[in-house]
Amino acid sequence: MIAAARCLLRRDLLLALRRPSDVGTALLFFVIVASLFPLGIGAEPNLLRSIAPGVIWVAALLSSMLSLSRLFAADHADGTLEQMLLGVSPLGVIAAAKVLAHWLVSGLPLVAIAPLIALQYDLPAALYGTLALSLLLGTPVLSLIGAIGAALTLGLRGGGVLLSLLVLPLYVPVLIIGAGSVDMASAGLAPDGQLMLLAALLVVAAVFAPLAIAAALRISTE
Amino acid sequence: MRWFWFASPQTFFPLAGSIARWCAVGAALLAAAGLYVGFFVAPTDAQQGEAYRIIFIHVAAAWMSMLLYVVMAFWAAIGLAFNTRLSAMMASALAPTGALFTFIALWTGALWGRPTWGAYWVWDARLTSELILLFLYLGFMALQAAIDDPRRADRAGALLAIVGVVNVPIIYYSVQWWNTLHQGASVSLTRAPSMASTMLTGMLLMALAFWLYSIAASLARVRCIIKERE
Repeated sequence: MIAAARCLLRRDLLLALRRPSDVGTALLFFVIVASLFPLGIGAEPNLLRSIAPGVIWVAALLSSMLSLSRLFAADHADGTLEQMLLGVSPLGVIAAAKVLAHWLVSGLPLVAIAPLIALQYDLPAALYGTLALSLLLGTPVLSLIGAIGAALTLGLRGGGVLLSLLVLPLYVPVLIIGAGSVDMASAGLAPDGQLMLLAALLVVAAVFAPLAIAAALRISTE
Repeated sequence: MRWFWFASPQTFFPLAGSIARWCAVGAALLAAAGLYVGFFVAPTDAQQGEAYRIIFIHVAAAWMSMLLYVVMAFWAAIGLAFNTRLSAMMASALAPTGALFTFIALWTGALWGRPTWGAYWVWDARLTSELILLFLYLGFMALQAAIDDPRRADRAGALLAIVGVVNVPIIYYSVQWWNTLHQGASVSLTRAPSMASTMLTGMLLMALAFWLYSIAASLARVRCIIKERE
């Protein structure tokens, strides 16, 4: 069971490595979206500083959603997914491994590049830690919830737009708590409570989302 | 067991028809009574003036919007677990009514907010969660509409409804979680309500009317779905 998960994780990461442009696009999208905001609303430093956590989080949300439709699409198209469904290892474990791979190539780079955006927005350096930690805890939740939507919309016409309609409302608590933690830290308060709430969301999502993803995959492929 | 006898769409069809008819009549009568109490009997509010009278529609619609999502998720879960055709049909029949009430709650809330708060829309936690609830309803309906195979549509929608139902308690507890602008609940089961009894009567009458309307509308819709599919 663990071996199957590890094998799948290795395979997905290898596939992503062989096609670095896919990973790069989502990351570039994150940077571009975040860079558009100052152009739209003006470069007033105080304003930028106050909207930075929200903008970074929204950009992370959109960027992680963009790559979701690819999560199961290729495996579905070439029949690999059906083999996984028929295989002996539990589908929940397979789903969890695929989500982990997705997060490693689309979520983790966001965490690494977020301080750069924070620099653009003149966010005090003391907040980088909170920002990175909140993204580190929050982006896996986004991948887990998003994978449910990706599995449900597998092979549907207009899947991409539909996926955003399904998934974005469910992202809202993560956005509120994630951006809220950075806001709290910038107000000089301890963000521990918000970060713990994020961690709690992560634990709950990590336990239940793989089951939901597995159920959704079964529904979509039967 | 009579209950399971009615679980079949064929036998449920005539029953749904008569229940829907009686509930529609009851809803009309109760709404007339509730609106009369609300507009002519209930006293003017000391702080909010006449503008508060929108609550007779607003509060009942907001209650129904949240309740209907739970009911929808319940039927969706039953349908997913026991593979009963009628449960899934009930879930898809409830969604438009729920979306309607969510929209009415948001709309009347905006009309109430303008004279009272000075703005049609504020980013208060409750308003925001109600808006998200509307998106959840719309997402549910969009997903079902995008899938041609009714069986897959039912099951996919059911899973989405169950995932989304996590949002309903967040709406309910949002007032306690984020301390914001929306006034706390004035009606609770554990203590005396902080409003005049005629206001409460009007509100409860409207709530009952909306209950009966929801039953009537969703049963009428489920009859259409049964006819379409069977």
